[in-house]
Amino acid sequence: MFSSFMTNAWISGTIVAMLAGAVGFFVVLRGASFAAHAIPNGAFAGAAGAYLVGISPLVGLVSFALLSALGIGVTSRRTRNDVATALSLVAMLALGAAFLSVSLIYEPTINALLFGEILGVSSSQLAPVLILGVVSVAVLGWFYRPLVFTSVAPELARARGVNATVVDVAFLVVVALATALTVPVVGALLTFSLMIGPPAAARILVARPGWAVAGSVGLSLVTVWVSIGASYALNLPIGFFVGALGAVFYLGARVAARRRVTRPAT
Amino acid sequence: MSDHEPSTALLEVRDVNVSADGRDILRDVHFSINHGEFTGLIGSNGAGKTTLFRVILGIQEHASGEVLLHGEPLTRSNRSIGYVPQKVLFDPDLPIRARDLVALGADGHRYGLRRRPRALHDAVDEMLDAVDAGAFADRRVGSLSGGEQQRVLIAHSLISRPELLLLDEPLANLDPGSVQEIIALLHRVAQRQRVAILLSAHEMNPLLPVMDRIVYVANGHVASGTTDEVVRPSVLSALYGHHVDVLRVHGRVLVVATALPVGPAPNDEHPEFVVE
Amino acid sequence: MGWLFEPGWWANGTVRTALLVGFVVAVTSAVVGIFTVMRGQSFAGHALTDVATAGGAGAFLAGVAPLVGFVGGGVLGAGAMDAIGVQRVKGRDIATGVVLGAAMGLAALFLFLSARSSSASGTTQLVLFGSIFTVSPSTLPEVSWLSGAVLVTLAAVARPLLLSSLSVELAAARGVRLRSVGLIFMVVLAVAVGMSAIVIGAILSTALLIGPPASALRVARRVGRAVALAAGLGVLATWVGVLFAYDSYYWFPSHRSLPVSFFVVAAIVVEYLVASVLRRRTRPAPVAASEPEGWT
Repeated sequence: MFSSFMTNAWISGTIVAMLAGAVGFFVVLRGASFAAHAIPNGAFAGAAGAYLVGISPLVGLVSFALLSALGIGVTSRRTRNDVATALSLVAMLALGAAFLSVSLIYEPTINALLFGEILGVSSSQLAPVLILGVVSVAVLGWFYRPLVFTSVAPELARARGVNATVVDVAFLVVVALATALTVPVVGALLTFSLMIGPPAAARILVARPGWAVAGSVGLSLVTVWVSIGASYALNLPIGFFVGALGAVFYLGARVAARRRVTRPAT
Repeated sequence: MSDHEPSTALLEVRDVNVSADGRDILRDVHFSINHGEFTGLIGSNGAGKTTLFRVILGIQEHASGEVLLHGEPLTRSNRSIGYVPQKVLFDPDLPIRARDLVALGADGHRYGLRRRPRALHDAVDEMLDAVDAGAFADRRVGSLSGGEQQRVLIAHSLISRPELLLLDEPLANLDPGSVQEIIALLHRVAQRQRVAILLSAHEMNPLLPVMDRIVYVANGHVASGTTDEVVRPSVLSALYGHHVDVLRVHGRVLVVATALPVGPAPNDEHPEFVVE
Repeated sequence: MGWLFEPGWWANGTVRTALLVGFVVAVTSAVVGIFTVMRGQSFAGHALTDVATAGGAGAFLAGVAPLVGFVGGGVLGAGAMDAIGVQRVKGRDIATGVVLGAAMGLAALFLFLSARSSSASGTTQLVLFGSIFTVSPSTLPEVSWLSGAVLVTLAAVARPLLLSSLSVELAAARGVRLRSVGLIFMVVLAVAVGMSAIVIGAILSTALLIGPPASALRVARRVGRAVALAAGLGVLATWVGVLFAYDSYYWFPSHRSLPVSFFVVAAIVVEYLVASVLRRRTRPAPVAASEPEGWT
């Protein structure tokens, strides 16, 4: 499990977990779950397109994730947010289906893209993954205050002169970058689970935003580490464990919170 | 209008208590409303006016007390009570015209897709005319101004011919002209249809000419009666838990907190602002 | 017209089945979709497609009829979302997300296991992307029955559903049982998307559920007309998509045809753009879309 060829898996899994945990906290705070679900699917289409033209999948992942994010950002200014997201989602997925039908990709490759592959990041890709991860976290840190402010009280934020559009787009770009890095490891369909489960659980358990981010990152790390280990030991797709652990953490947090409430009020 | 018999009250609220998260929202609330009267429910934001409406509508759990309509306990979803909620925002993308919303006031709770009878269409037109909304009857509700939406909502609530109409802060966010128009319209409709009105507001002055009775909410308690009976320093000071003065200036009533608190009430809400 | 209809189009049984099934599914999706979009439940609508997919994958693995898996999975998912709190606007996104995340994990497991246990390849793509050309004529009666049930149920609750979509307070004051109506709608939605997911694939299911209704809601002023327009737009997009997918076989020398979903989604996007342009021309000063508070 800790042999040399697994080193990449542990390193990339750790980077991805920290990134998804941090970004996911804001996804949950802003109620942007649908976008966080749609962008990985766009990234999947990008990877399929990259295979078609024969370039690095990471390029396809990043460019299509960004394209999806901007598509959602631009359309949602004209119409309801969820409708804009749904339309962007199906458009990207349909494009991905078209790419798949005209290119010859082995089914295991497709399955790996959809459901995750612990060896999905090769050692040559480790450097770009690390750099993009650091960039995402830096952007997140730069926008931390306005992000929290516009998420919690959009009217007040506007009154204080925060440009909501800039914050919105910057946030979607960060989601896109984090997504592009996460998809090769946990898969296009499960990236979303990693971004929702741990932060949703952390948010229930912790009241202060800073602590909640930390809790989210912590739970996300546990999720990914346990999933890599279990996936390796049982030879089952990592995505299953990520999805299951996310739900378990959330339900556990709900139960814990209910116990706290039923304690005599002070 | 106030030559009523208290025993034949339309609505009677008896000793209602409501609490949430261990905090009392309403305490021993007690008042009654008579047929065809215009009652103002006055109190600052967060005083519990919306909660009180929800109790009267039978959609709010309350710890104790009861609400009687015609002397009978309330059943959920009473057709005799109409309701205009606070700040309903209609999405401009909704394909619902003003007249559709009014028609839903008559059959929005019915299952099935029966054809609407001719009489209902006539009643909708009549209602829209009664609230001066005929001109924008065929426009989407989401595209109407706040005052226009308010009229359509009033027509929606009145089409089921209620005996009591509850309006939650209908005057908030309206310009002064619209405020006067809505009040005049409500007064007119109330008299024509013999419907009692309970209207909540944080500002009592625009209502003074039409109000038969006042229900004043503060600190979760209420005081009710005619304006002259309730808006007095002794009554309001007891309600707030410390001394307030009532000033009458140019036909307007101002409730002003005084610096000296009466009794130990350091944690109670201070009306240090000038109410009305 | 010969350039438009490639050889064999009129005599092809597969094409005829695709057109008929596409018609039924497009109409049902449009009617359910109008309420889905009005209630702001697009995410739940899409998520139920994926949840149904997990059920479908499980059915493949267990050897049960796929339709049972798809519809059963969707209904279970709707129940789970309701239990977690899809009724409250605040927690709705999270409730949907958590159920969706768990279902995706299950789908991954089922698809992996069925790929390992059977030599049949392409299960994954079939379940995820589907193809209207692989529908057997025998599914048409089943799909029609389910559609009929969905439409009748929806007609029964239409007015309370409409009023509660407009404003929960108004509906509650009228005595509408919000929770029952909301749950009935979620189940109807689950059945509709589960059915369409198996027939036309998960992508198209969401596309037909959201696209045509969103376009219709931009231009129609009355609910009845919006429903009719959405159904028309959905059927048009589906048929155009089937036609182009059929024709695309002759476009490339390699005879590798493009998927139906690609063309249908392209048609839906074009319809949406046209509807948006029409709306701007008829209403020069659009009111800023306000996020509807208090909706369920």
